[in-house]
Amino acid sequence: MKILHPARRGKPKERNGDLSRGLLLRLELPSDPSLLCAVRGAVERLTESFGFSAPDCRAVTRAVDEALTNIIRHSYNGRPDRPIEMLFRSVHREAAPRASEGLEILLCDRGPSIKRAQLCMRELEEVRPGGLGLHFIQQSMDIVEYKRANGTNRLRLVKYVRSPTQEVNS
Amino acid sequence: MQISSRQLDKTTIFDVSGDIDLANSPAVRKALLKEVRDNRTPRVVLNLSKVRYIDSSGVASLVEGLKASRDVGSRFILFGLSTSAREVLQLSRLLKIFEVYDNEEQALAG
Repeated sequence: MKILHPARRGKPKERNGDLSRGLLLRLELPSDPSLLCAVRGAVERLTESFGFSAPDCRAVTRAVDEALTNIIRHSYNGRPDRPIEMLFRSVHREAAPRASEGLEILLCDRGPSIKRAQLCMRELEEVRPGGLGLHFIQQSMDIVEYKRANGTNRLRLVKYVRSPTQEVNS
Repeated sequence: MQISSRQLDKTTIFDVSGDIDLANSPAVRKALLKEVRDNRTPRVVLNLSKVRYIDSSGVASLVEGLKASRDVGSRFILFGLSTSAREVLQLSRLLKIFEVYDNEEQALAG
């Protein structure tokens, strides 16, 4: 696993197209499941230092882990040597309900385009193995967007830091 | 992740330590299914007190163990869930379908 940038904070506008703005961390790693543990450790530390509550640190870590698992299993069919790039950026939301800082995570892979049918979410009422990863991602993050561009699958995850009042009310 | 087993009368207790994720959930699944299907142990207990993290593939392995135990009429019990492990079972609405206890004493008495 390669860590390419030291952490540095900024206040970029969201979706400005400049991926270096607000960059906190950039990771390049092969699609090897044995590295998931190391990535979770890095994400846990990053979310703690970003100011997320303990449950939100776990939520973001879980979402990133499940997204990587999906890339390894579905995009690369379990091959352990394919490239994955991750960018962690700070973003700022001015809009309603209130201004807040957020952590944006971009996960990029060079596998084939993901078909919606492959991303099957099962009904939670069913008791059977599988189909839970996407549920975990969507329940954990504020924004989940998938985009295909220039031969790359790009999953964008955003989680905003909640104020103590929001924590109590949610 | 490490997994070991102990025998207590008609019960097998699996002690798992480390994280259960895509890298090692197949080993957990294999051990559980062998105990339930092949050995037909009447009660299989999973000690998760040293498991800090379980991902969706780990949850799937637990569900397979539970379903296999239902198929053969045995009991499948979990104890010692961490906050994170409890959260994923709650998020997947599976917490209620498992027999869950706080510690080994309660799990064996239940």
